[in-house]
Amino acid sequence: MHELAVCQALMDQVENVAREQSAAHVVSIHLGIGPLSGVEPGLLSQAFPIASAGSLAADAELVITSLPVVVHCRECDCQSEVQPTRLLCSHCGAWQTTLVSGDEMLLERVEVICEKSTPAQARGVLHS
Amino acid sequence: MCDTCGCNVTPGNAHLVKPGGALHRTDDGREAVSVLRNLLHENDHTAAHNRQHFDQHGVLAINLMSSPGAGKTALLEATIKRLGKELSIAVIEGDLETENDAERIRQHGVPAIQITTGSACHLDAHMVHDALHQLDLAALDIVFIENVGNLVCPASFDLGQHANVILLSVPEGDDKPAKYPVMFRAADLVLLSKCDLLPLLDDFSTDKARRHLRELANPAEVFELSARTGDGMTQWLDWVMDREARLEHRLGELHTDNHADATTAP
Repeated sequence: MHELAVCQALMDQVENVAREQSAAHVVSIHLGIGPLSGVEPGLLSQAFPIASAGSLAADAELVITSLPVVVHCRECDCQSEVQPTRLLCSHCGAWQTTLVSGDEMLLERVEVICEKSTPAQARGVLHS
Repeated sequence: MCDTCGCNVTPGNAHLVKPGGALHRTDDGREAVSVLRNLLHENDHTAAHNRQHFDQHGVLAINLMSSPGAGKTALLEATIKRLGKELSIAVIEGDLETENDAERIRQHGVPAIQITTGSACHLDAHMVHDALHQLDLAALDIVFIENVGNLVCPASFDLGQHANVILLSVPEGDDKPAKYPVMFRAADLVLLSKCDLLPLLDDFSTDKARRHLRELANPAEVFELSARTGDGMTQWLDWVMDREARLEHRLGELHTDNHADATTAP
């Protein structure tokens, strides 16, 4: 049950982004989660209202995209989508594979509402 | 370039400010900011800092993980008995409550810092960082971090360790790697513990446990041992000594390279 801890870490990052953009509030938060990240999207969604209460993101929508588990085979050089409990190459069956995707817990994008745009903010955005 | 007329939009970043782009701002003031950062970025940052601490002092850090009761503390006691004279060892203990494990370790004359996590189900890099400040790293060769007994949560948190060692005690069943893929994928070494009980268990196959681990594409070695009888301990102790020697060697080379760079610099 470490999803609350993960969610609190997420909130720290979201609040930083909101501050950098001088945002009035956060509209949506987009995450990419792989099944091998150890984070359960359902539990993360449940923890979100608790972690975000009273913050700029209290009313934000949490959008979680589940990422596929993809391995690259070092034996036959093929790439295949596999089950999280069986990371064998789908083509030749070898276990000598490298995970290409599936262990991510990524904050991809934050959508914020800015009351007013200023040149200083625009600079911050483009250089960040 | 100014920031008002749009002349700072280059071919390299134009896609970001086009409608639908990551930095596009609509009339209603809505703005999408691309972040692409690991959710545990802050933890990973502190973990890297911890690793730097360990490296600076040439201390090997091993993160021990398992279910509760798989024999982590017993393994450490047996390890300290065998290696305690050659190497200077310290232990960081993670438990929800009590100092019991730290006290067990201290009885062997080894410093032990107990982290009680309250209701938290894992150690994180910040807790380990706080514990490190209570240890004299300069006087140590190895720090064992005994994580909270749990095969789920600790796997997600980098602590700054050099290696993850996962214990699977044989009464737990040989399919644990299949049931807890995130944890067992993170293993640099798997120890099948309490192997003195194998004759009593007709349903634990060490080959099956290895096969489940390979199905997670993990090439980690699997050792069979019993801390109680001492069987199989030599292989584990050799592995620890080898890792310690390799760390010293790597850091030695790094030091030589830095020294060479400094002397050849104009």
